[in-house]
Amino acid sequence: MDSTRIAEIIEKHGAKPASLIQVLLEIQHENHWLPREALHEVSRRLDVPFSKVLQITSFYKTFRLVPPGRHCVEVCTGSSCHVRGATRLLEELQDLIRIGSGGTDPGSPFSLETGACLGCCNLAPDVIVDGKHQGRMTPALVREAVESCK
Amino acid sequence: MPKIRSAIELEECRSQILAGRDPAKPGIAVCAGIGCLASANDGLVKAFEAEVKRQGLETAVDIRATGCHGFCEKGPTTVIYPEEICYVEVSPADVPEIVSQTVLGKKVLERLLYADPRTGEKATRQSQIPFYSRQKRLLLGNSTRIDPRSIDDYLAVGGYAALSKALFAMSAEQVLAEIKKANLRGRGGGGFPAGAKWETARNAPGDEKYVIVNAHEGELGAFMDRALFTGNPHLVLEGLIIGAYAIGSHQGFIYTRHDNPRLKENIDLALAQAEEYGFLGENILGSGFDFKVEVHFDVGIFVSGESSALMRSIEGKIPEPRAKYIRTSVRGIWDKPSNLNNVETWANVPQIVSRGSEWYCGIGTARSKGTKLVSLSGNVVNTGVAEVPFGTTIREIVYDIGGGIPNGKKLKAVHFGGPMGGAIPESLVDTPLDFDELAKLGAAIGAGSMLVLDEDSRMVDIVRYFLNFLSEESCGKCVPCREGIRQLLKVVTRVSEGRGRKGDMELMEEIAEVAGAASLCALGKAASGPLLSTLRYFRDECEALIRQP
Repeated sequence: MDSTRIAEIIEKHGAKPASLIQVLLEIQHENHWLPREALHEVSRRLDVPFSKVLQITSFYKTFRLVPPGRHCVEVCTGSSCHVRGATRLLEELQDLIRIGSGGTDPGSPFSLETGACLGCCNLAPDVIVDGKHQGRMTPALVREAVESCK
Repeated sequence: MPKIRSAIELEECRSQILAGRDPAKPGIAVCAGIGCLASANDGLVKAFEAEVKRQGLETAVDIRATGCHGFCEKGPTTVIYPEEICYVEVSPADVPEIVSQTVLGKKVLERLLYADPRTGEKATRQSQIPFYSRQKRLLLGNSTRIDPRSIDDYLAVGGYAALSKALFAMSAEQVLAEIKKANLRGRGGGGFPAGAKWETARNAPGDEKYVIVNAHEGELGAFMDRALFTGNPHLVLEGLIIGAYAIGSHQGFIYTRHDNPRLKENIDLALAQAEEYGFLGENILGSGFDFKVEVHFDVGIFVSGESSALMRSIEGKIPEPRAKYIRTSVRGIWDKPSNLNNVETWANVPQIVSRGSEWYCGIGTARSKGTKLVSLSGNVVNTGVAEVPFGTTIREIVYDIGGGIPNGKKLKAVHFGGPMGGAIPESLVDTPLDFDELAKLGAAIGAGSMLVLDEDSRMVDIVRYFLNFLSEESCGKCVPCREGIRQLLKVVTRVSEGRGRKGDMELMEEIAEVAGAASLCALGKAASGPLLSTLRYFRDECEALIRQP
């Protein structure tokens, strides 16, 4: 992401320390992750120490400090999904994709994420593959969904 | 649109909107709530739009992508006006037939009607479906009539009349007194009287004060605030503006989820429209009152729903809670008096102002007034969002509205309030929904999530699940919470895997007691809620696990 675009985003929210989270969120929304150079740029322009920027980006779970895979698989681990078998789905996915939850792997086209609660309890257990909800999932259906991405 | 500059102009504007509408005009209200959108992946609204266009009916038929209708289990649902025919589990493939047969031909498609699984009886209208007929939908009732992206729809159902009444017919003190008399209690979890909180913020020293909508909704299994806010953003906004007027605040904040694009869009649009019409900004409706609102997003951590933590997050900092002896209503965002209420609490304000506290006090129980939104999930036939008056029994909610337990299983427990809540066993399901009654039973109502558990559920596993969640969500600032939860999880895991040791019961109780007494915020204080209710009602089950060789 180039520094003119970062400057525009900062301009929109105001170049003040209190805008930090808003600015980071918008950069990630456009760029899908937060490259280190972008963090330096934000730190300088908002006058927030770089250590503080890293503290915020590593504390809040939404911020990604590594690029995500081409395909994103998200498993809802909310209570209803849990009661209806999300753990089995997650195990199956970890086995299939071979990365832990919340992780990406340079060698894999997938990112595997968990979230709770995504609010679609009627679809429990819910898995979101590349932004599309796939409700009432079973391990077999998960396998199919992943295979169709490959 | 020129800004509305007086109460009279507002009513003129409303009359104009109503005059331009034909009640007999066919309308299609498609549920665009989070569950229905997900189950059809946005395809249904598009299919209706395409079909209406294909038949050249754009001006003859209205299509509304509305907020959540509540009956998520049978989603996507669609209501056809003016006959109010309700179709369930509608797929894009059904759309051409619905438009030609029902919208134009006025014929009911039997196969898309809801059929009662017990009697097989079909229901043509929402109000005939047991899920709806047992509810009292004061906040959600307009969900099929409002396109959340249209402020005119909100005005057409009487929107912003309460604001106008508050600004022109009542003093700030009178509004506050009305909220206090109505005994409106916070719907976010604590059940603290909103009026008392408003009064503290109003009387706190300083000219600059803030009001905040907490739309974080981090409680697992809770999705009613999202449903309400996405579907009717102006209702929440109107409540907020009235609250700001009563408290003497000119700056509001909305703190909400970043992971729900439609919620975000609808809030942004509602704010822009409200400003365009003169409900926000300077000199609101010509009253001389100024108020503006900023939107902030939670970035994925449970603890940022806690009031003091949320305020740190708005300041752009790490959401670490603060000790409770400093009240946020006195010293909140940037140490200024800040009044925070959740979505549902704010949404109750307009009706109290327009219909009065006496009317409001006629609904509910002695100490819990009005209605409560609940999210039903887990082992229940009808997952969804329901609104019931306080005093409705848990049995009615689970069996009459929720349709009971699927697969012929028996009910074991109902868990309230997510990770910091508690469960009641089947034997207590005749308890009424009431802040104090449920708190006495160790199952505080929380924000309103009700996780139904069938006979196959192991309570220890549920406790372990919640503790595991909290151990990852604790901010780590205070030791009793950070270490207490970790140690509790260790013991509970051991017990649930059948490796429990003699003395584990006592150990769990001891850790729970210390973490409960010494933690800084509710996350640590109430983290042992699910454990304590399990030890209270399902002690034998835990002991049996420990006694195993």
